Amino acid sequence: MMETVFEMFSYPFMVRAFVVGALVALCSALLGVSLVLKRYSMIGDGLSHVGFGALAIAAALNMAPLAAAIPVVILAAVLLLRIRGNSRIKGDAAIALISTSSLAVGVMVISMTTGMNTDVYNYMFGSILAMSREDVILSIVMAVIVLILFVFFYHKIFAITFDETFARATGVKADLYNTLIAVLTAVTIVLGMRMMGALLISSLIIFPALTSMRVCRTFKSVIVNSAAVSVVCLAAGITISYVWATPAGASVVIVNIAAFLIYSLIGLIRN
Amino acid sequence: MALIKCEQVSIGYEGQTVVRDLDFVIEPGDYLCIVGENGSGKSTLVKSLLGLKNVEKGHIIYGDGLKQNEIGYLPQQNDSQKDFPASVYEVVLSGRLNSRGFHPFYTPGDKREAVEKMELLGIRELEKQSFRDLSGGQKQRVLLARALCATRSLLLLDEPVTGLDPIVTGEFYQLIRRINRDSGIAVVMVSHDIESAVKDASHILHLQERALFFGTTEDYCKSRIGREFLGGVHDGNSL
Repeated sequence: MMETVFEMFSYPFMVRAFVVGALVALCSALLGVSLVLKRYSMIGDGLSHVGFGALAIAAALNMAPLAAAIPVVILAAVLLLRIRGNSRIKGDAAIALISTSSLAVGVMVISMTTGMNTDVYNYMFGSILAMSREDVILSIVMAVIVLILFVFFYHKIFAITFDETFARATGVKADLYNTLIAVLTAVTIVLGMRMMGALLISSLIIFPALTSMRVCRTFKSVIVNSAAVSVVCLAAGITISYVWATPAGASVVIVNIAAFLIYSLIGLIRN
Repeated sequence: MALIKCEQVSIGYEGQTVVRDLDFVIEPGDYLCIVGENGSGKSTLVKSLLGLKNVEKGHIIYGDGLKQNEIGYLPQQNDSQKDFPASVYEVVLSGRLNSRGFHPFYTPGDKREAVEKMELLGIRELEKQSFRDLSGGQKQRVLLARALCATRSLLLLDEPVTGLDPIVTGEFYQLIRRINRDSGIAVVMVSHDIESAVKDASHILHLQERALFFGTTEDYCKSRIGREFLGGVHDGNSL
């Protein structure tokens, strides 16, 4: 057992995968609680598809993938919030519209340039080998920013999540914090999606929050528990992926499903 | 000076005016009930009083030390809170946010205030419980405690007894009366329940796009519109 762990960490790419994965898992769990409770869960899914399209285009144009994808996804996040706020097309339909469009554009671009090859597969389902040194640095910077902002604005995030109207009435700038959450979510998704895959990254946002809510009864405990569950599931998932050579993203999601079931059972027994 | 003074206020959505030429004042210690049928512009008026919706015409003037973000607001019940994991204490404390400004954390004073308000409303023992596990009446008390944390002079309650059973409703009205009388906090309540409104309120604003009536409750009961509306309710009950 220990041997496997030592062996695993002797590969630099595994260390990178662990560092980036843990940080992305932490950030997405924190943001996810607010997103799930505000009924914004599908935004994560929509943004990951936009990210897929952006990465495909960036690759075709020989641009740095992250530098190209992050601004596009941030833009999409802000747009999705706006659409939800005041729109003729209803929120969930708008998200489906944007996400399938980006997916289609991405697939077209890839098939016209490199052809449908392992790149597409990796973008869709993720690859443990995808993390570069640059990604590690970027994800550390991002995680520190998310953590600082989250702690600093914790009470305001609670207020707008619990009751946005009351929060606005008492002078909380809800639009600002909604945008902040959307932007941080966008960055988190782009960073995580090459490892987790465009189709699976949104699970990191949704699962930890839902899992914690089976058992925890206060906002603070849900937040802390989500962060812990998310990081543990990620580590377990990547280890499984390494040992049995399974796809990283799917392995992490499977572990998350197991955690969800266990917490649901505990929640049921308690009641 | 009045806490809130509305002068010739008109409010609308996309060119359609729903409240027109409204004039009324709320003085310290008043208990004003806003009555009227569905779609008469009550909720719209509430939004404008809170600064969530701009007025098309006229002015809403805040005075006597009341700032717009210091209104203790009790919103209409909201479905998304049904399964929200938050302790009673967390919810009540969030009422103190408006006094925090940019400062990110609550002070010991804020926490004391939250505890005081929970004691005042008899929900101290629920402090650690989850909001989602509470009964309807308990939830309203928690949200009332939060509203009290946010204000020193004015509570604004938007149909606070919707969905509560008659006994709990009675208790809730009693609570509001007590707060109004003992702490001198002005109360503005949007209500369907005209009979209780007439019993408790010092002033009535009867809204039907325009103000059909604004004045003391006594005058309202004598007015033609008041007699008609009250009479209608009695007829309805006798069926």
